[in-house]
Amino acid sequence: MILQDNLGPNGDTIYNALMHAHEGLTEAESHALNARLVLMLINEVADPDRIAALLQEARRPASSV
Amino acid sequence: MAYDYTPFPYVAPPGLTEPEARHPVVIVGAGPIGLAMAIDLAQHGVRSVVLDDNNVVSVGSRAICWAKRTLEIFDRLGVGDRMLAKGVTWKVGRLFHGDKPVYSFDLLPEEGHKYPAFINLQQYYVEQYLVERAQELPELIDLRFLNKVTGHTDKGDHVLIDVETPDGTYQLEADYYIAAEGAGSPTRKRMNLPFEGQTFEEHFLIVDVEMQKSPFESDSPERWFWFAPPFHHGQSALLHKQPDNIYRIDLQLGPDTDPKAEATEEKVIPRIKAIVGDTPFRLDWMSVYKFRCAKLDRFVHNRVLFVGDSAHVVSPFGARGGNGGIQDADNLGWKLAAVLSGDAPATLLDSYNEERSHGSAENILNSSRATNFMTPKSPIEALFRNAVLDLAETHPFARKLINSGRLSQPCSLHGKALQTGEHPMVGQSLIDAPVGDGWLVEQAQGAFTLLSLGADAAPDVEGIRPLHIAEPSPELSRRYGTGHYLIRPDGHICARFDSADREHITAALARAKGQAR
Repeated sequence: MILQDNLGPNGDTIYNALMHAHEGLTEAESHALNARLVLMLINEVADPDRIAALLQEARRPASSV
Repeated sequence: MAYDYTPFPYVAPPGLTEPEARHPVVIVGAGPIGLAMAIDLAQHGVRSVVLDDNNVVSVGSRAICWAKRTLEIFDRLGVGDRMLAKGVTWKVGRLFHGDKPVYSFDLLPEEGHKYPAFINLQQYYVEQYLVERAQELPELIDLRFLNKVTGHTDKGDHVLIDVETPDGTYQLEADYYIAAEGAGSPTRKRMNLPFEGQTFEEHFLIVDVEMQKSPFESDSPERWFWFAPPFHHGQSALLHKQPDNIYRIDLQLGPDTDPKAEATEEKVIPRIKAIVGDTPFRLDWMSVYKFRCAKLDRFVHNRVLFVGDSAHVVSPFGARGGNGGIQDADNLGWKLAAVLSGDAPATLLDSYNEERSHGSAENILNSSRATNFMTPKSPIEALFRNAVLDLAETHPFARKLINSGRLSQPCSLHGKALQTGEHPMVGQSLIDAPVGDGWLVEQAQGAFTLLSLGADAAPDVEGIRPLHIAEPSPELSRRYGTGHYLIRPDGHICARFDSADREHITAALARAKGQAR
């Protein structure tokens, strides 16, 4: 799966808003926020096949440096 | 070879022996912005005195990345070709995560522009060339080195200025006082003006080294940026080429660093060797710095005007400091000249504040976002940042989120008071294209210009220079289509018309000069 860019010129604004949402939270609170956010975004996507593909992609181990 | 810092001569100013007549403009600071300001004013026929407490160009390369728009302004000021000839041209930025290339961007993927996306040129060369250009205009520009401003008082209809020289002190009067003194602006401090914004805790080490062998794999220099490079664990690094085989290396050091200890040869040389290996190099200049993003609330305070870093500061990632400052001078020059000649009301200067305050806010927004991405300030920010870098190996959407600096672009002035109409090109700075044997930027800047494309010429309107191009080049057609574009002296489009109606053009010109009520 290759995910093309859907954010266009709004990428930086949206990323910044995500960081801002986490500001001042403890790590546990941030985890909880992320969980709620993922569930809401899943509801936005809605298509089970699409969600299954995204889950599979997200499980691929990162080659983190 | 190291740059030869030749001091500029100090000449005892006339004010030491007898009072000088009031000057139209005094500019404080002979850096790139103050000098550009003086040249711009001179080209509009306005005399100025430039005062600087020093007598050499910038020590150290400092601002090195000069954007296409700045070069187009330099072209108008008579120094663009010289800067381009000396500078290192580049347009590709390459991003690495560890030692893997993850993404590259081309800042100017098309032909048909006089100037490239960027040149790298040390600030000392930029200042030298601007000083030499200013010296070609001795009737209009009075450069005074080792003249330190120690005080100023706004008297309502003029500004009284206290100046200190090696031979003693004197006073000057000016109709307008322009502060172009850099980030530490003594003028701003004397006036006790709030200068607020975001301070970043990270230290960065900036090093210039001279090397004969290029570290780049190809012949064309690029901007290389690493997240977590193998040679600098867990931090970020930036590499640029400058003229004279000098390379700029910028290393993130983290917040808990002793800047004095870091800026020493024994600490720096091993860091450079980790990057360049056995390649012989000479250490040319180094500096450890922190930065903040901040701006003045207002750039215009009656007869005192702020330009460049005196008015706003940004982080260096995105090259928005020096380039933003040149755009200040570009915006203010023609307006101040019009006010001084009586061609426009003094309130036109409010539009300088409106337009450049907007531009600098945009620069601050972009540069602080880049810095936030580079320097995650909590574990969760680091987690997301690393997730973006991981996903970027496979997914184009994530590559677009990697932020190592969004490089300087001129802001649009769309919707601001001087512009007329809703056409999307209105407010933008002109896009260059070939015109005859030359370029649009050579013909459409410096005076109000009506660019008419296609069969219809425009009627003559007083105060507007017509530029009718019946058979435009393919690039000009592609970028502008047909119609009539009113272009301000600073190269921003302030109105566009399908058909050339004298009344509409006259009204747009009046509005652009701040004459409309």
